[in-house]
Amino acid sequence: MSNKKSLLDYTLRLADGGLILGHRLGEWCGHGPVLEQDIALTNTALDHLGRARSLYQYAAEQFNQLPADQKTNVFTSVSIQNIISSGASIDEDDLAYLRDGWDFRNELLLEQPNIDWAYTVARSFFYDTFNYFFFTALEKSKDASIAAIAEKSLKEVTYHLRWSSEWVVRLGDGTDESHARMQKAVNELWMYTGEMFIMNETDTSMVGEGIGVDLAAIKPLWMARVRAVLEEAAIDIPADAWMQQGGREGRHSEHLGYILAELQFMQRAYPGMEW
Amino acid sequence: MTVHSFQEHFDSLIDREVTIEPKDWMPDDYRKTLIRQISQHAHSEIVGMLPEGNWITRAPSLRRKAVLLAKVQDEAGHGLYLYSAAETLGVTRDTLYDQLHTGKAKYSSIFNYPTLTWADMGAIGWLVDGAAIMNQVPLCRTSYGPYARAMVRVCKEESFHQRQGFEIMLTLSKGTDIQRKLAQDAFNRWWWPSLMMFGPPDAESPHTEQSVRWRIKRLTNDELRQKFVDVTVEQAKVLGLTVPDKDLKWNEERGHFDFGAINWEEFWNVVKGNGPCNKQRLETRKKAWEDGKWVRDAAMAHAEKRKARKAAAKAA
Repeated sequence: MSNKKSLLDYTLRLADGGLILGHRLGEWCGHGPVLEQDIALTNTALDHLGRARSLYQYAAEQFNQLPADQKTNVFTSVSIQNIISSGASIDEDDLAYLRDGWDFRNELLLEQPNIDWAYTVARSFFYDTFNYFFFTALEKSKDASIAAIAEKSLKEVTYHLRWSSEWVVRLGDGTDESHARMQKAVNELWMYTGEMFIMNETDTSMVGEGIGVDLAAIKPLWMARVRAVLEEAAIDIPADAWMQQGGREGRHSEHLGYILAELQFMQRAYPGMEW
Repeated sequence: MTVHSFQEHFDSLIDREVTIEPKDWMPDDYRKTLIRQISQHAHSEIVGMLPEGNWITRAPSLRRKAVLLAKVQDEAGHGLYLYSAAETLGVTRDTLYDQLHTGKAKYSSIFNYPTLTWADMGAIGWLVDGAAIMNQVPLCRTSYGPYARAMVRVCKEESFHQRQGFEIMLTLSKGTDIQRKLAQDAFNRWWWPSLMMFGPPDAESPHTEQSVRWRIKRLTNDELRQKFVDVTVEQAKVLGLTVPDKDLKWNEERGHFDFGAINWEEFWNVVKGNGPCNKQRLETRKKAWEDGKWVRDAAMAHAEKRKARKAAAKAA
């Protein structure tokens, strides 16, 4: 893979993670357990979405600068191929609304359904912890755009992590029912946490360029933080288990298809219009 | 002071347009009327999150998605200010929720209509928020201080919402044929329910006289409705949309638009629970509340445990 393609793949992975989790958290809007938390969760959804937009804009810029013959090999979607053959450039919305599922690079964890407050909290907690250490390292990226986005994101992510950690503790050390639900959510989402640390070709290339983050270095930090919070919450840490993977390569769970069916409905049903 | 002189003092504050504050003496009717009105308004904000929330996952661009999320979140915020204002009158949020969930308390009937297309996000912002602003701006000077102050914040945000709704409509009207069709279809469906938002005609509105004196209400239903029609008809022209009323025409003598008869039978039916989405909206609110019970219980239990541990540590 060329460095340009690695950077695009890397940028899109980070953007897709923000969009898909932001979309999931947005599903809570109007349905939260208490008004204050409805508002708090929507704030977080907006942060993820805002980060995704900055990253998609950067990804579109990278894509538009590719030589014409390379552009056609990146995304298979008919709609994007049509834009390319018309000679037009693509934008943030084309990337979010017109790519097919196999071109999405987000981790499987993020597309898992909300189910209940405990699952929502656990999913965010695992990702927020990852993001906290990841963006701390990414601030030093040699790519100025990536470093700037990382710097802004770190402020938001620090708050996200505080919010989700507090809820893990509150539910784990709350009532018998909340403890049981929190434990179940942690157990069932655990198999999606391994994927965050897999170094694929893109990661190796980005670390080599001084742009990306060495995920092997993040893993022990993540594990220590997760362990500390779960211990405080009196939640058992799941034993080593088989880890699901594939999101970063475009092999997703069944859930992504339904997310995209809703997310992309308007752009697919009424192509090429301004909204 | 005797009750009589309490009443005199209260009346003189009202007459001098001085705000009434939570610790001031107030007549029981005043308190009851305010609790009813403020809580209805709070409930409307919370139920009102649902029709627009219905399009968050399907918003057509990333910008629209973010703006819609932020808008629905603002409504949650309005609900919060208003429940807090109601609480200063000596009623708890849980009691008010219970009144909503059991159907004892009402909310604005407009939210019992469905959002069928993206254009409804434009029409709601433009028409529903537009009508709400007309109803609410006078309340920024209402006699009860906490309510007036909450309304100042609400109105600022509502006028932003109305602008973004109009902007969605404007984008559609400048778009393709199908986009103009979406805009007209949404306008057709939301126009009459928006006129109904001002409530029954003055002749049939039992609370108006007392409410005007208390500055809980400052203009009558019919005055506000006329003002809304006059403003909105002009805006519809800018959008190139046709007002779905064959009787609409400018009345030179009155200096206002005349408009057709409102279907009050439909209005009262929707109020009574027979609107297209009454059951759905209420069930959704109840489900969110009931599903959230274990979460609220856990938060409470955890806070108690922390308090106990702190106290134990202090004692030791």
